[in-house]
Amino acid sequence: MTAWPDHPGVKLSGAPNLDEVKKTPGYPAQKYWKKGSLAFIECVEEIPCNPCESSCPQGAICVGTPITNLPVLDAEKCIGCGKCIAACPGLAIYIKNYTYAENEATVTFPYEYWPIPSRGQEVSLVDEMGDVVCQGKVLRVVNTKQNNHTPLVTCSFSKEFFERVKSMKRLPKRNN
Amino acid sequence: MGRIDNHVILGDAPPRRKVAITVDGEPLEAFEGEMIAAALWSAGKKDLRYTKKNNQPRGIYCGIGRCTDCVMIVDGIPNIRTCKTPVREGMIIKTQKGLGEWEGGGLNEKS
Amino acid sequence: MKKAEIIVIGGGPAGLCAAIEAARQGARVLVIDENSRPGGQLFKQIHKFFGSREHQAGVRGIDIGNRLLEETGELDIEVWLNSEVVGVGKEKNVWVIRDGTDSLEVKGDRIILATGAMENSLIFPGWTLPGVMGAGAAQTMINIHRVTPGERILMIGSGNVGVIVSYQLLQAGVEVAAIIEAAPRLGGYGVHTAKVRRAGIPFYTSHTIKRAWGRNKVEGAEIIALDDKWQQIPGSEFTLDVDTICVATGLTPLAELAWSLGCEFQFIPQLGGFFPDHNEHMETNIPGIYTAGDLTGVEEASTAMEEGRLAGICAAASLGYLTVDERNIKCAQVWERLNSLRSGPFGTVRRKLKEQILQSKGGIFNDRLA
Repeated sequence: MTAWPDHPGVKLSGAPNLDEVKKTPGYPAQKYWKKGSLAFIECVEEIPCNPCESSCPQGAICVGTPITNLPVLDAEKCIGCGKCIAACPGLAIYIKNYTYAENEATVTFPYEYWPIPSRGQEVSLVDEMGDVVCQGKVLRVVNTKQNNHTPLVTCSFSKEFFERVKSMKRLPKRNN
Repeated sequence: MGRIDNHVILGDAPPRRKVAITVDGEPLEAFEGEMIAAALWSAGKKDLRYTKKNNQPRGIYCGIGRCTDCVMIVDGIPNIRTCKTPVREGMIIKTQKGLGEWEGGGLNEKS
Repeated sequence: MKKAEIIVIGGGPAGLCAAIEAARQGARVLVIDENSRPGGQLFKQIHKFFGSREHQAGVRGIDIGNRLLEETGELDIEVWLNSEVVGVGKEKNVWVIRDGTDSLEVKGDRIILATGAMENSLIFPGWTLPGVMGAGAAQTMINIHRVTPGERILMIGSGNVGVIVSYQLLQAGVEVAAIIEAAPRLGGYGVHTAKVRRAGIPFYTSHTIKRAWGRNKVEGAEIIALDDKWQQIPGSEFTLDVDTICVATGLTPLAELAWSLGCEFQFIPQLGGFFPDHNEHMETNIPGIYTAGDLTGVEEASTAMEEGRLAGICAAASLGYLTVDERNIKCAQVWERLNSLRSGPFGTVRRKLKEQILQSKGGIFNDRLA
């Protein structure tokens, strides 16, 4: 397991670092994590884009006008339903649940690669740099027509890595 | 190099009719209607022609019919852009050397 | 001689939107495209687009393309495929070669040039080897033809094309060894670079390719660092084991027809170089010749579609299908969407440059002769 990444951020390493995402109004503060399922939006640049806003049935995401505004997450309203994950064209949103179990949390993220994992599978979970953080277990894979070919994968993992885990390591190609 | 059988966005490869073509004398199975270059790539062939002066290999560059790097001799006619020309049953394709040679292929035949 | 009221040259997003808007007003439109399928580069864009609902945000490029084709069919727009336009005259006569065999002339009352742009090359030792290709070429092969270029690629260029195609290569089952960028900062949107980074692909800013080698195809590449004056730093080389090198170093408008017509031109490097000058109605200096899309400055598919709408509306209005007031109302709606797309740190640069075109006194050659 590699050390927590200390990298220069989105314009140099490609991924926004923790400082950059924490500064945005879409990343929920730690005090809200005990609520349970919650959206984490890592949108750090102003581009004209707002499907996250209209996708939220609770009205918990606000972009407003101009549509270049960074999305603001109202963590009180957010119920972590995950509708925003597939709505985001940048795949910049994931859902995390800090309270899943005593020692475990869950993460639900978009995964648009083949093969997609199956329920029960053990996978490696990665941080924003693609480095392996810990192992995780696939609890659920949702690939509905509504999500328009963006499968959503939910994994449980050890709570100590809660903030660092963002996605899973891509699976090797299966030979048919 | 190879074919993409499964893809999360594009879905599984649709069933397509196979056609038999010949490349430099060797038989190759291709899908009806696919671009010649795609069939060649699926078979691992990337060097499509060799230059006149220094006999250097060339292959796909732009992929949309603009650069003419991908030209080969097709059914006796040289300088055919393989990224834009679909295969047909019985098509005869040859790696082009230099400017190629007219091998008596039809000029005004519609495919 | 075959006649049409409006001839649209190029059936990509700009051309199709121009045709749709003009046909909606009642004009008889003919779209001519050299490919066997319309849609230009749109059908290769398998990712979801940005913008707002009006911009079709969240919809994949392929689905937007299908919607445009559906509407083209519903409006009874005539489309000629496999038809290459080899020349346009000032009388608005268009020479076309159909199916590589028949040549004919078509006369239009209005012409809309929407021929798009082409990828730039990057010259380095080994650049001619099979396996070195434009990023767009790789995108065409994987997303349209469903074949992969190799097992492991190097992407040169971190603009949106480079990072999006890298992501799509991963989706196609191809490994990406690295994305290199000569500038000191990455060019593409942060959400695009982040997707690729968390898939484990490294970025190298201030790096370029020194050379590629291989017998009859790419077998490896050497990368080298650049100093703050963009000069190669000897001793900083490292090798990448790759069999494919994709070049994503910008696009240049395909302006041959506009050149041969005698249109006035602008030259703006950040928009791709030379492109035909136009006013806010997308009309060039030659009355009745309009232009739209990447041909008028390289931007995005979303802006190409809106510019196409402007050209279609204005061309139809000039034929009497809309009053001046009706035209102005419709154009204002499009301008609102266009300005919204050209906002934020990425878009504002383009907006200012496009405004520069509208404010200039008619092209660069005009100024020189004056």
